Amino acid sequence: MSEKQCHCAEVQEEELYPRLEEVIMEHRGKGEDLIMVLHKAQNLFGYLPRKAQEMVAEGLNVSLNEVYGVITFYNFFSTVPQGRNSVKVCLGTACYVRGSQEVLDKAQRELGIKVGGTTEDRRYSLDVVRCIGACGLAPAMLVNEDVYGRIKPPHLMDVLEKYE
Amino acid sequence: MNLVRNHVLISIDAGTIMAGARAVEKALVEEINKQGLSGEIAVLETGSIGATGQGVVIVVYPEGIYYANVTPADAAELVEEHLLKGRPVKRLIMTEMPKQHVIKKEKTGLLREQPRIVLRNSGVINPENIDEYIAEGGYEALEKAFTDLKPAGVTKEVKDSGLMGRGGAAFTTAMKWEFAARAPGDVKYIICNADEGEPGTFKDRLILEGDPHKLIEGMILAGYAVGATKGFVYIRGEYALSIERLEKAITQARLYGLLGDDILESGFSFDIAVMKGAGAYVCGEETALIESLEGKRGHPRNKPPYPVTEGLWAKPTVVNNVETLANVPEIVRNGAAWYRGYGTDKCPGTKVYTIIGNVATPGLIEAEMGTTLRDIIYEYAGGIKDGKKFKGALVGGAAGAFMGPEMLDAKMDFVNLKEYAAVLGSGAILVMDEDADIVGMLQSVLHFFRHESCGHCVPCRLGTNQLAEIIDRIAEGKGKTEDVDKLVSISEVMRDTSFCPLGQSPVLPITSSLRFFRDEVYSRVQ
Repeated sequence: MSEKQCHCAEVQEEELYPRLEEVIMEHRGKGEDLIMVLHKAQNLFGYLPRKAQEMVAEGLNVSLNEVYGVITFYNFFSTVPQGRNSVKVCLGTACYVRGSQEVLDKAQRELGIKVGGTTEDRRYSLDVVRCIGACGLAPAMLVNEDVYGRIKPPHLMDVLEKYE
Repeated sequence: MNLVRNHVLISIDAGTIMAGARAVEKALVEEINKQGLSGEIAVLETGSIGATGQGVVIVVYPEGIYYANVTPADAAELVEEHLLKGRPVKRLIMTEMPKQHVIKKEKTGLLREQPRIVLRNSGVINPENIDEYIAEGGYEALEKAFTDLKPAGVTKEVKDSGLMGRGGAAFTTAMKWEFAARAPGDVKYIICNADEGEPGTFKDRLILEGDPHKLIEGMILAGYAVGATKGFVYIRGEYALSIERLEKAITQARLYGLLGDDILESGFSFDIAVMKGAGAYVCGEETALIESLEGKRGHPRNKPPYPVTEGLWAKPTVVNNVETLANVPEIVRNGAAWYRGYGTDKCPGTKVYTIIGNVATPGLIEAEMGTTLRDIIYEYAGGIKDGKKFKGALVGGAAGAFMGPEMLDAKMDFVNLKEYAAVLGSGAILVMDEDADIVGMLQSVLHFFRHESCGHCVPCRLGTNQLAEIIDRIAEGKGKTEDVDKLVSISEVMRDTSFCPLGQSPVLPITSSLRFFRDEVYSRVQ
């Protein structure tokens, strides 16, 4: 079952490269647009595979080294496949003092992964963020684009299970 | 055309959307239609009204009644009881709200009526409709600038107003503009720094969500004063709703001829592009931000040259914070003298704060410069939650300073706080009650710096690591008294030798925590 899923994901990924090519065409030779293009590429793939990095480097006329440097500098970009749902627990000061570390510990235990990891079924990726500007709702958590506030560890999985 | 009898304002911001504001809006509209009231009652979207964590918030005018924690299931009752029969639904009425809504406009009690300059339209107009902004006097400042003031007049007005940068550094705004205006070159840029990353700060987000046109008008005015033709908004990638509303607003402004070539037939051309950041705290530093805008790693640059002479693409560039630019249209429209009527002599105007932590009503407030910490906590934010005692506050975010009870009566402005070795910074106020753990707070702050250090210079790269390890040791009860001394000495070396403000920052939270909570920190070490 899981093998089959992986296979599907790869096939889908292959189909996305022509679309990346279109994005790159709009910015051909414009190294200054690198971050913008990487945003779009990550939107397509969910992460930045090596092949995509090479295409961006070639298309924008910057070295692969520079592309890799930018990707690893910014928190937003990832070079490993992400789960279908990205779970981000906020560890900003306001959330921290309201117990977000316990929420994070609970998430790691329940999902069986560490921060930065992805579950085997690729359902969830777990990460931390440093303040998402939802301090009034501390402790806060992001699942994909949705913000959840006042998360209590016992209710964590009720929220996560809503995401397939 | 029907005359609308009631306006129902529904707050649509990041917090209320999470609480289901869209579903409530839909339910209200359906119910109003069902009752045949669609011609008499208008449901309007607006930005944050200043309360956070109270679910979906709506306001019914002309009564001015605020409802909190509204759910779609309440729609029928609200429409039937309040809108049809005129009987407010008591069980939903908001009881706790930030102070500016408690003081009725016509009443001034103990505090005088609180001015809202930056947030004047937030929670009042529909941020996605340019006509509503114009109806509130929007883009009038632009007309005044083009016809009466001319570029030098705009700068003069801003100079006379005494406006200082609201991003944290508090540099005189007009001075930046003058430097850039005088710098040689035809191509100049205005950058709005909306990469709000200081923990505890979300004021720029709510300004952008509540009144995006104010920022656009401020940027056009800045561009006109400086002689720039292109503006960039460098905005946090996570701020999806802000980005969406800003982009919509830019499109509308272009349609109205307020952006683009020959704006209002003045001969002045200016346009704005939105650039998404990718999550790096250091990019709040203006030269790192510029590097990032150029598509590179966000490493800070050597200064001088300063951005005002050599910034983006080595052209003269002004970098201003969202709140700073949002002040500009009001200053130009109403004049510097009006602006100076608020705040203190040295720091005129208002400051937008995000007040969070153990207070009764956390949220977004705007208060005059010089308001005391006590008034902000007890008058605006309803005091300490659950009747507990005030222990302290971390003011200015991670790069800010702790303040103890002895600072409650300190007047909050950029200049005055310096005398107390504190800062206003970005305007984040994290309030702690008697149960708060100072070592835990420091741990969070120092971990933050370790995570965000960009690795460019040695003192910051190694220092932030050391600080985090030491505070972990102390938190685990394995620390020694020398460890506390080490926190101080390492952070002092970092202050003196780091390349950019990031590495210079940890010293402030460390020394200020020891100043007010020395015994508590030492009680945790052997």
